[in-house]
Amino acid sequence: MSLTALVDYDSGNLHSAQKAFERMAFETGAGSVVVTSDPDVVSRADRVVLPGDGAFPHCREQLFGISGLAEAIIEAVEVKGRPFLGICVGMQMLASRGHEYELTEGLDWIGGEITRITPGDPALKVPHMGWNDLVLDQPHPVLDGIETGDHAYFVHSWAMQVTDPAHLLAHVDYGGAVTAIVGRDTIVGTQFHPEKSQATGLRLIGNFLTWRP
Amino acid sequence: MLKTRIIPCLDVADGRVVKGINFTQLVDAGDPVEAARAYDAAGADELCFLDIHATHENRGTMFDLVTRTAETIFMPLTVGGGVRSHKDVRALLLAGADKVSFNSAAVADPDVITEAALRFGSQCIVCAIDAKTVAPGRWEIFTHGGRRETGIDAVEFARTVAAKGAGEILLTSMDRDGTRAGFNLPLTRAISDAVDIPVIASGGVGTLDHLVEGVTLGGASAVLAASIFHFGTFTVAEAKAHMAANGIPVRPI
Repeated sequence: MSLTALVDYDSGNLHSAQKAFERMAFETGAGSVVVTSDPDVVSRADRVVLPGDGAFPHCREQLFGISGLAEAIIEAVEVKGRPFLGICVGMQMLASRGHEYELTEGLDWIGGEITRITPGDPALKVPHMGWNDLVLDQPHPVLDGIETGDHAYFVHSWAMQVTDPAHLLAHVDYGGAVTAIVGRDTIVGTQFHPEKSQATGLRLIGNFLTWRP
Repeated sequence: MLKTRIIPCLDVADGRVVKGINFTQLVDAGDPVEAARAYDAAGADELCFLDIHATHENRGTMFDLVTRTAETIFMPLTVGGGVRSHKDVRALLLAGADKVSFNSAAVADPDVITEAALRFGSQCIVCAIDAKTVAPGRWEIFTHGGRRETGIDAVEFARTVAAKGAGEILLTSMDRDGTRAGFNLPLTRAISDAVDIPVIASGGVGTLDHLVEGVTLGGASAVLAASIFHFGTFTVAEAKAHMAANGIPVRPI
């Protein structure tokens, strides 16, 4: 039976993510979902989801502060090639570096930097908060059934600047292009919250849970 | 392009919707979870639960309600009412709220905003500001449902809470709340211009034009309304269609 580990590293609200993944795991027959901070459970899992809210350095510190947890995630992805989904700051963690408050190293799975959103239009507020329409840059199995123009729920003040355009799966417009979805090999990440994005978000979660890269 | 959000707000007391929701399809119009499900289906962009007489004794009821709602709908939920410290924020986030709103506690000590924002991120910390006109072009903060004056200038206070780390301001005009005469537009514009964070306009919506004005004249990023939706005067779809017809970008249903 397939197991999806939703990594709990004391970074924000996992309740709604857990409920959304459980519902879609049930609907797609994708096995069970467990919320865990146990490296052994992450090692056993067939899929890993890394959520995250709050500041980048805080999230990184929390993640690496739990003995063996970051190592288990890195092994699951880099050695075992398990499907991985990062959400919000969990997606930003994929980048090489973050600039929020202080320069912080990321996992460096997707080459790029996390920089503050600076909308070209000064009337646009930061955080970028609310529903924005996705522009798909390239097809991906996790985006099956999702189209350009579908809306997703964003709430963030920092965003990823991807070095290699091949890793950019979708963006939104907010006084300029803002990275929405990134991917490489068995790794995907969404800046928006699929667990808060109603039908579009649930679809993406279902796709991820049944993705066999 | 980012869309202007429409946010129905449910006043909740002891786990029940105050006055009920006039949707014909609801079996139990007083159950906030059923109301939330109906608004989810109706195309609302977010939901807001306001615990209108939050007391220590009935907190458990609200937590249970938030948990059941978060299990049912997959859209953003803001919860406010009686939030006093980062401990209350944590409890509500764990129950399943996405954003938590401070009100009187932030007036008494704006540092509660910073303490919560540092722990959980500004993205989930809302500051509710209840303001009343005291002179033309001057508004002050009132607490305790508008009964207690504080002498604090509303625009100044908005700047303060934004600097303290609030991620969003929920602005209610106490002059207009319940009047159906429309938002207090000069107030909304003054606060929206004063801060970089999103401002939700609230208080006084009676027509669909009022929603439009809150955005075009008030500069709000989102509009919150209660009775026009609850009583079935207008649907969320009608509100969105009217806003779109007036050039405001909205999320299609």
